[in-house]
Amino acid sequence: MKLVLNGKQINCSASLTVSELLIEQKVKMPEMVSVELNGQILRRHEFDSTILKEDDQVELLYFMGGGN
Amino acid sequence: MKLTEQQIERYSRQIILEEVGGAGQEKLLTSKVLIVGAGGLGAPAALYLAAAGVGTIGIIDSDKVDLTNLQRQVIHHTEDVGVDKVVSAQNKMRAINPDVTIRTYRTRVNAENISEIIREYDFVLDGTDNFPAKFLVNDACYFEKVPFSHAGILRFDGQLITVIPEETTCYRCIFHSPPSAGVVPSCSQAGVLGVLAGVIGSLQATEAIKYLLGIGDLLTDKLLTYNALTMEFRKIHLNRNPNCLLCGRNPKITVLKDEEQVICHLKGDK
Repeated sequence: MKLVLNGKQINCSASLTVSELLIEQKVKMPEMVSVELNGQILRRHEFDSTILKEDDQVELLYFMGGGN
Repeated sequence: MKLTEQQIERYSRQIILEEVGGAGQEKLLTSKVLIVGAGGLGAPAALYLAAAGVGTIGIIDSDKVDLTNLQRQVIHHTEDVGVDKVVSAQNKMRAINPDVTIRTYRTRVNAENISEIIREYDFVLDGTDNFPAKFLVNDACYFEKVPFSHAGILRFDGQLITVIPEETTCYRCIFHSPPSAGVVPSCSQAGVLGVLAGVIGSLQATEAIKYLLGIGDLLTDKLLTYNALTMEFRKIHLNRNPNCLLCGRNPKITVLKDEEQVICHLKGDK
């Protein structure tokens, strides 16, 4: 299945949940990622239950705490 | 206010810009910007805002200059090691531009003190280095209705977003609440490229000036991300989150509170 991840088209397994996508994409610390799916920010508890579809637009937004 | 001849000469390179002009320069000179944190992000922002003639600049920091700061906090010099950061920053801003009134706050922001400080300002720049402070700045600016620029940096990555409270996507719309302890490294543990702070802090100063002048398109409802290794800038379009704990339809946060400080460890650290 194709979807757009952070602006780039990727191939991933069909019917993945958001949690599974994070694993498949080897996101090391999923707790530091917020996920926007087709323009809407997901709630963390929705990661397991949200199934991705062909051509979904997914943005992984990372916590960045530095500034000093 | 009327510009003096010396001011017209000092600011000539931006007064000549159609979007700024004499009226814009006068607007800057009567504007007030608060910089929270005189560190990596705050340093370039303070220098450029002072140079541009923002009339009143407030700067908050409780720390003293440390040798490890000098690699990126370009407002502090070698002889400032051991000096209060707000004093060091004030000296440099004054040296650049005596037109500017500097207000220093040698304190750590918390839910008790931040609101009365920020309500004095037209725009706030978040240059803090930890999650509780970033959420506090977001929440306080929301309650006081003060627009601000949020930014974060780590290693070779940086990101920023401008927030107009009640109108555009806020930091909590995206990130809900601070990550749990132990998952997100800090700059002191993970490192940061010095010039990255300069890039992102300068972009924050750009947003402040655009907001004050009412020109251009602000970075609202868009998170700008930057990676120094790939030299890639990306603008991620965002929408306000109806489930936002702060500005959503059923807000859970109705009064300003401090988030707990999490102690960050890199994976593998004990």
